Amino acid sequence: MQYHTPTSFDDAIAIAAQADGVTRFLAGGTDVLVQMRADILTPDTLINVKGIDGVKDITRTPEGGWQIGIAVSGAEMTEHPELGRDWPGVVEATDLIGSTQVQGRCTMVGNLCNASPAADAVPAMVAAGITVTVSGPDGTREVAVEDIPTGPGKTSLASGEMITRITLPPRGENGGDAYLRFIPRTEMDIAVVGCGINLRVDGDTITEARVALGAVAPTVRLVAEAAEAIIGTTLDDAALAALAEAASAACSPIDDKRGTIKFRTHVAGVLAQRAARIAYARATGQKDS
Amino acid sequence: MALDDRKTSGFTQVGTRPNRPDGLDKVTGRARFGADVTAPGMLFATIVRSPHAHARIKKIDSSKAEALAGVKGVVTRADFATGLTGENWNILENVMAGDTALYDGHAVAAVAATSALIARDAAKLIEVEYEILPHVTDVDAAMADNAPVIREGAADKSVPEGMHPNVVRYHESGHGDVDAGFAEADLVIEDHFRTEATHQGYIEPHACLATLGGDGKGELWCCTQGHWNVQKICAALLGIETANLRVTASEIGGGFGGKTAVFIEPVALALARKTNKPVKLVMPRPDVFKATGPTASTSMDIKIGMKKDGTITAAQGVFRLQGGAFPGAPMEFTAMCAFAPYALKHVHQVGYDVITNRPKQAAYRAPGSPMAAFAVESVIDELCRKLELDPIETRLKNASKKGTKASFGPMFDQIGLVETLEAAKAHPHYSAPLKPGQGRGISCGFWFNHGGETAVTLALSEDGTAQLAVGTPDIGGSRASMALMAAEELGIPYENIRVTIADTATLGYNEVSHGSRVTYASGLATIEAARDAVGKLCARAAAKWGIPEDAVKWENGCAVPSGPNAGDFDPMPIAEITKRMGATGGPIVGHFEATPEGAGVSFATHIVDAEVDPETGKTSVVRYTVVQDAGKAIHPTYVEGQYQGGAAQGIGWALNEEYIYGDDGRLQNAVFLDYRIPVASDLPMIDTVIVEVPNPGHPYGVRGVGETSICPPLAAIANAVSAAAGVRLRELPMSPPRILAALERQRDG
Amino acid sequence: MSKIHVTTTINGDEVEYLCDPRETMLDVLRDRLGLTGAKEGCGTGDCGACSVTLDGRLVCSCLMLGAEADGHEITTIEGMATGEELHPLQQKFIEYAALQCGICTPGILVATKALLEKNPDPTETEVRYWLAGNLCRCTGYDKIIRAVMDTAADMREAS
Repeated sequence: MQYHTPTSFDDAIAIAAQADGVTRFLAGGTDVLVQMRADILTPDTLINVKGIDGVKDITRTPEGGWQIGIAVSGAEMTEHPELGRDWPGVVEATDLIGSTQVQGRCTMVGNLCNASPAADAVPAMVAAGITVTVSGPDGTREVAVEDIPTGPGKTSLASGEMITRITLPPRGENGGDAYLRFIPRTEMDIAVVGCGINLRVDGDTITEARVALGAVAPTVRLVAEAAEAIIGTTLDDAALAALAEAASAACSPIDDKRGTIKFRTHVAGVLAQRAARIAYARATGQKDS
Repeated sequence: MALDDRKTSGFTQVGTRPNRPDGLDKVTGRARFGADVTAPGMLFATIVRSPHAHARIKKIDSSKAEALAGVKGVVTRADFATGLTGENWNILENVMAGDTALYDGHAVAAVAATSALIARDAAKLIEVEYEILPHVTDVDAAMADNAPVIREGAADKSVPEGMHPNVVRYHESGHGDVDAGFAEADLVIEDHFRTEATHQGYIEPHACLATLGGDGKGELWCCTQGHWNVQKICAALLGIETANLRVTASEIGGGFGGKTAVFIEPVALALARKTNKPVKLVMPRPDVFKATGPTASTSMDIKIGMKKDGTITAAQGVFRLQGGAFPGAPMEFTAMCAFAPYALKHVHQVGYDVITNRPKQAAYRAPGSPMAAFAVESVIDELCRKLELDPIETRLKNASKKGTKASFGPMFDQIGLVETLEAAKAHPHYSAPLKPGQGRGISCGFWFNHGGETAVTLALSEDGTAQLAVGTPDIGGSRASMALMAAEELGIPYENIRVTIADTATLGYNEVSHGSRVTYASGLATIEAARDAVGKLCARAAAKWGIPEDAVKWENGCAVPSGPNAGDFDPMPIAEITKRMGATGGPIVGHFEATPEGAGVSFATHIVDAEVDPETGKTSVVRYTVVQDAGKAIHPTYVEGQYQGGAAQGIGWALNEEYIYGDDGRLQNAVFLDYRIPVASDLPMIDTVIVEVPNPGHPYGVRGVGETSICPPLAAIANAVSAAAGVRLRELPMSPPRILAALERQRDG
Repeated sequence: MSKIHVTTTINGDEVEYLCDPRETMLDVLRDRLGLTGAKEGCGTGDCGACSVTLDGRLVCSCLMLGAEADGHEITTIEGMATGEELHPLQQKFIEYAALQCGICTPGILVATKALLEKNPDPTETEVRYWLAGNLCRCTGYDKIIRAVMDTAADMREAS
């Protein structure tokens, strides 16, 4: 395995473009090192991106959104004084990954590029409408988070391409987001189901919503029907019932060691309701319950 | 054994809570565990394992591996002794497969190289050609007519004719006439229960460092619960003389029964012999799950009859256990423990030991008993609920006590079940109000406890301090208990005793640290060795004073005349005697070797409050209390620790832990990420009540405390879930999907 | 395969070593530097027994490459006591019997020290969640949590 520590994105991309065999980028390392230890995959080329300028920065965009460096850890996001006020769901989702030890290392981009259907950060990122900047030998493009994973362990990134930046949209007025996952223990498990919801209200009425589900399909699912079920409502019981139904209907999970099809389908609806209540409370300015 | 000198009160040291002697080493990172040592010129080894559940090994080609720079040697089954029989053959076959890989993770070859990375790379270059055979991993499926045969001729004579060859042992016990008993009952409940295999889950993987020269002399450092057992088995598997292999037990990072067995040590020795270099072998975590002892999985049928007043009229159980590809699933313990808490006129139990394509089971904390308690105590709870009886009063009504003929045969001596039930009833937990959605469960549990071969020496130093050498590895603070007992007898400060876990070359045979035997048996031996030394101290004082030996007694660390007629001498402190040992007859050493057989049985009663999320089926344990009879708590803090640890493991077993096999017979969850032991945020504080009903078989009344605490939690939680959510879970683990499915079935009527 | 030259600081001392790029920090600590206080319980970040701090932040040394330490500061359990003087957490763990076998203890001590530096007044729930990645199979966590809570109280009083 070749190990590189480039100091610029250009260098990193050049190394990746020239490398033979399997290339991986090392940010938090909490997936790559596990795969190496478990003999699942040892890259031929490992590019440590942490020496690149700005990868640890969290900055406001001129539009009022946020730019987050690709090596910012979940714990650093939580510690940021303002980020969590705008996007508590995104921050909580990223800082839910693994243990305290892992939270000090894991990154949103790593979680995204590992392309696990059960990634915790991704449903929250999709719900929030986050985009990433993808750079490669042929230039740079802006891609919606939901378009990055294409299947378990697979992404739409071409060889030599890497994510160089994460952009969170401006929070704007009267918005709130939330992420919940179901795990059998209280910590340390991979999500059996995850649900991220982001919404905006006008008074008591929901005017915009995005609902994303994790671990119920080969990739994270942005469920328009679930969003429609609550838009125009005050999140009353009927809306919540419709939300749960739409969320469950959008599931096409598998039976595996972590959960059954039936269980995941049911719990997706339960989590959607619970996450919606939290996001709604945040959007309407109620204190978190 | 001089148990006429029993002491049950007036202790000055026993019952206090001093810091453990090895505390400093363990909080500074200095303590040396299995993987923490090195030797000059040491090689690193990796084991190659079968990815198949059942496969004939057609060919092993290690030429590419051996060609890799840094590789020093490869071993296969051909490098071990031949002609072994019985359990030695089973162990060898498990340690290194012969013709057939019997489970996913079964060792087939091993390689030693100059670095761990090279050894891992080399292992991938060893080419094994397999012919895949049909497999079975489920106990009931393995007993069915059409099940693939794991191995012909594995059954012993106990198995009735007509059983499938996978049934390898059979047990039947009981007394009375159960049919007559059931006829007297007002209510009979018969149910089927299943439990999945769980792993001991110690955090330290198996690790060892071996040397073995061409002269047949070897040294082995390893983490084990019993190094004499390792010595004996390794010598047999390598074909060397036992005394030529010296085994030293490292500090041990948890065992819970799983480190009573031998897995990697013979492989490291074989590689050391082949390469003529020290070889270090450390198991990766997935190998620990795949190839070291989980406990057995079970399929059980329980039938119990009860009168309206709560009297149990009869009880019957059928217990089918699979323990992997070899005989040994502890089905007789399951059967014998099942109804032990109750005084029964009519009781009958049957056990089957079944082999499957799974790893060879190893002991796990009260092996076999927790599963039985899960089934039996669940049925008793159902009977109480349907007959509207208080679960503690009902258990008290039927409780075994001194003089009861146990369900497994003998008559109970002094035991403490009633006392634990009374203490549970009086505990504020039992009457505390519950919140909506919560339920309370209780359960009893039983374990035999064990004595076993034990040897101890206590050598006095010239300054009157003492070096105590015991042969039972300290898995949870036992050095502190040993030092307390020695200090109590010698009348010297606790800090003046240095306790060492001696290696196999320096003491007689010591059985492994299992069966909750350490504080009982090594403790008894320590007391007796100290008394032996005291006798010698008194003799030296008598000689000095010129009076008969029996005119001297030992008090507060001094020799004193035994009475006014013995003479008028000032007390002679221990240091004054030891200072002159060399000139007065030589070193003073007390010792004791025996197989104590008076390990008193142990009972516990647990109370648990659980909360079930009706929308997801997730269960939270919100309050937990352990009440258990310790006989006499030598170091109460460590007794509490055993109670808490057993309860926590039981909670994991009840709710989340399980071996998950795919249709291909491969283990799906061989990592801590997916083998879900309780984490800190999963558990509440675990309250403990130490009941002390002295064991007549120990000089201070000690009963083992390590194991019983894992027996009640499974049923206690099932009973709490039943109370909280109205559904009865008869299969473990009570995972959210299972509870949710049960809730749905209940809603659908 | 060429090795990487690393210069780093471990427990306050400058340390240099060569390592294979595939070696983890845990491999380097244990096999190259003889610092065996950090333990490998799983190698995949699930048990916390290998916990160390990297520039003051708690990490699993099994999830970090040895090469990554270059130019950074690592603290291990071996650096927790000051000479003969134990850290208050170490002292309290002994007094409370907050360990049975002791294999998880170094990781838990490193983790709780990091917690108390960040949050000197944690609730029981905060301690439990902070330690969720540090598996202990012996104690049921009860005495560990009590030891941490009481040490925190003592340290607050002393400061």
